[in-house]
Amino acid sequence: MIPISWYLILSLVLFAIGAFGFIARRNVIIMLMCIEIMLNAVNISLVALGRGLQDTAAHILVFFVIAVAAGEAAIGLALVVLLFKKTREVHMDEFRALKG
Amino acid sequence: MKYVVWIPFLPLIASVITLLFGRWMNQKRAHWLPCIAVFGSFLLSMKALFAVIHGARANFDLYSWVVADTFKVSVGFQIDPLSVMMLAMVSCLSFLIHVYSIGYMEDDPGYYRFFAYISLFTFSMLMLVSGNNFLQLFFGWEAVGLCSYLLIGFWYQKKSASDAAKKAFIVNRFGDFGFALGVFLVFLTFGTIYYQPVFERVHEIAHATINLFGHDILLPTMIAVLLFCGAMGKSAQFPLHVWLPDAMEGPTPVSALIHAATMVTAGVFMVCRCHEIFELSNVAMAVVAAAGTFTCFMAATIAPTQFDIKRVIAYSTLSQLGYMFMACGVGAFAAGMFHLFTHAYFKALLFLGAGSVMHAMHHAPDPTDMRYMGGLKKYMPATFWTFLIASLSISGIPGLAGFFSKDEILWSAFASVYPWGKVVWFIGTFVAFLTAFYSFRVVFMTFYGEFRGREVLHGHEPHESPKVMTIPLMLLAIGAVCTGWLGIPHVLGGENHFGHFMEPVLGHPHFHIPHAWEHNEAALEFLLMTVSTLMGVAGIALAYVVYIKKPELQRLLPEKVPCLYRYLYRKWYWDEIYHYTIILPVLFTARGIVQGVLDAVCIEGTVNGIPDLVRRGGEGIRRLQSGVVNTYALIMATGAAVVLLLIYLF
Amino acid sequence: METLVFLYLALVLIVTSLLVVTNRNAVHAVLWMLVMFFHQAVLFLTLEAEFLALVQIIVYAGAVLVLFLFVIYIINLRTELKIRNFHIYWPMAALVSVVLVVLAVKAVKEFCPGPVVGDMTPKLIAQLGQAKVLGKALFTQHILSFEAAGVLLLVAVLGAVVLTRRIRFRGEEG
Repeated sequence: MIPISWYLILSLVLFAIGAFGFIARRNVIIMLMCIEIMLNAVNISLVALGRGLQDTAAHILVFFVIAVAAGEAAIGLALVVLLFKKTREVHMDEFRALKG
Repeated sequence: MKYVVWIPFLPLIASVITLLFGRWMNQKRAHWLPCIAVFGSFLLSMKALFAVIHGARANFDLYSWVVADTFKVSVGFQIDPLSVMMLAMVSCLSFLIHVYSIGYMEDDPGYYRFFAYISLFTFSMLMLVSGNNFLQLFFGWEAVGLCSYLLIGFWYQKKSASDAAKKAFIVNRFGDFGFALGVFLVFLTFGTIYYQPVFERVHEIAHATINLFGHDILLPTMIAVLLFCGAMGKSAQFPLHVWLPDAMEGPTPVSALIHAATMVTAGVFMVCRCHEIFELSNVAMAVVAAAGTFTCFMAATIAPTQFDIKRVIAYSTLSQLGYMFMACGVGAFAAGMFHLFTHAYFKALLFLGAGSVMHAMHHAPDPTDMRYMGGLKKYMPATFWTFLIASLSISGIPGLAGFFSKDEILWSAFASVYPWGKVVWFIGTFVAFLTAFYSFRVVFMTFYGEFRGREVLHGHEPHESPKVMTIPLMLLAIGAVCTGWLGIPHVLGGENHFGHFMEPVLGHPHFHIPHAWEHNEAALEFLLMTVSTLMGVAGIALAYVVYIKKPELQRLLPEKVPCLYRYLYRKWYWDEIYHYTIILPVLFTARGIVQGVLDAVCIEGTVNGIPDLVRRGGEGIRRLQSGVVNTYALIMATGAAVVLLLIYLF
Repeated sequence: METLVFLYLALVLIVTSLLVVTNRNAVHAVLWMLVMFFHQAVLFLTLEAEFLALVQIIVYAGAVLVLFLFVIYIINLRTELKIRNFHIYWPMAALVSVVLVVLAVKAVKEFCPGPVVGDMTPKLIAQLGQAKVLGKALFTQHILSFEAAGVLLLVAVLGAVVLTRRIRFRGEEG
């Protein structure tokens, strides 16, 4: 039996990597992928906790997270396509229209 | 005697109504209300006068004005010989001048404003003299100063007039500062500022001292000198005399009313009212006498050099006011008031006569310049005769008013106990000579000889003024002659009614007759009288010689002693001295320091700096919002890290 | 034995995710992500959540990543060899991430699970299979969320269609 804290640590590390990627990458598609990484990290920790506390709610939650992540990926990519159609540019730091 | 309340309030009501509704009262109607109101005041004053002659007195409070713990002041009236005499004189002169102004200010666009202002002035002066406490005196004091400002600057579009008005007001303020300090000191000493308790208890402080900057000064001296500061400002004594000649920028009725008969005499009135305080302090009496003597002499030396007819009469006023203060300075307060009384009539007459002459000359570029006058005797007989009577009166010719009052002053000065009495007498007598000289210089230059102003009048002939102007002149001439008869001294067989009338209030001067004459007082008085009369006659004779017989003598002084002439002509350079020593430093302080540093740097800096700071801060913070999503994510993550760090640390 | 498996899976997960994050080529990144998802599915299997492992593969690996690939090919993303890959402040980002991890790990290191709360005992799973257990809970206790998720997916589908359709002018439509 592997202690749950190991799973949690793994989840945190993956989350940090995903966060770093999201903050530091310029390409929109890679950024969306980093969001998926972060969601997966959360999934790992939820499953581990569900197993540890023997609660079905955690696994149900994972189920929903996966569903929502899929939907969000779809919409996000649709927006990326739309953005590319308009500006032919996929690097996030070129989009500065909301500069204050 | 409650009706005396209406004496000041009738002109006030008239003034307010005229000021508010004057624009709709047509030109010819604006003068009715003020004239009737002032005439009403005059009748009431005469009634009060007769009541007081028969022994009535009054001292009552009308309306509680200030009630502040221990300090209680009301609007109150004190009717005694001194105040009722002033009330009668002020209202009489005011009425005559109101009537005169109907003719003089006929074509002026500010007609209703003028009447409103002189009625307001009448109210202020009447409040000043009838009050029963120092605060009401001060109120009247300030109010007459205000009216003087309004009236001197009546033609406010003219720069010289508005400058003169400001000068009058500001110079007065210097004096009023001292006066206010004096009133504060009175309150501090006595705990009240009503006349009656103060003057009853004034002997308590006869030897009290007050510590000022380490020196012990006699308390009565301090109070008296401070109060006298106000008198110096209001009555234009040296060093605060510079405003009076410039005040001639105002219309002539204003000069007659304010700067001859009433406002400038407020100072003398105040000194006489407070004479008990002054008498306790030799230093204060010396100060009063010195100021009066110096002003008297200085003005009399400047007057013969001026060409502006009103300026000459203004300096004459300064000189005569000096006489009044000389009288107060030697303890003869009743004599000072008597001279005030007679002077009001003949000085007002001189001014109004000059106004009549100016009215005739008004087409000229400078109607006051005597060099363009001359020979007006045949064009304006009424003006000429009344002017002549006034000039004779001021020169001290026996039988006319000025003789009796001036001689009483000179006699009291010579015979007084104070050591400076003889000096005062000497200078006073010399100035009598100068007075006669310059007064008749005016008469001869204006009314005798050939008319020199034909070119400047573009061919018009000067004409006599309308009746509404000449009748007040004649009435004043009667006054200039007869008012003196109220004070005929014993030595000439009279009863000196005036002196006896004032005695309950002003007391009796203390005399110290020199040894040799101790038993022959009357003879001494007679001798002195003769001396001063001779001086007057000599002055007239000299004027006649210089201006009629041998006109080339006029050039004598300017050519032979040009520095002296220039010194006198430029009014002893006092205006220039004040300009460099007082005005320029004050302007420098105001503009350079206060405006330049305090205002521009500190206040503007703060007021502009705070929004500037906010703006720059905002601009700086604005850069945080770069529009790039990744930056926002970084900031969010950093925030989370910081929170965790804080939780971990604490 | 279990520990070894876990360690291997953890290592691969971390390495592949790093590769995803730092790759220049988007297609390579997607492929590394695929590898990561497979290993994650195996991790789920070790946690006796076989249904979730299947769902992970089908949905994530099978649908989402394919979608990513489609979009990459639509926008014709080339290898970014010449241009900058990361933002200029990536050290800061790295620092922040490290700090977050360190602090969080410090907090979580001694995590002990509390008393058992639910009913998903290993016996039950062995008896019914995780799918049935999940299904029972899903369709009885969490039915509302289930329906809401359904609506959400519907909205996502419609949204994707609406967002990317070509807008024709009224006149041209005929």
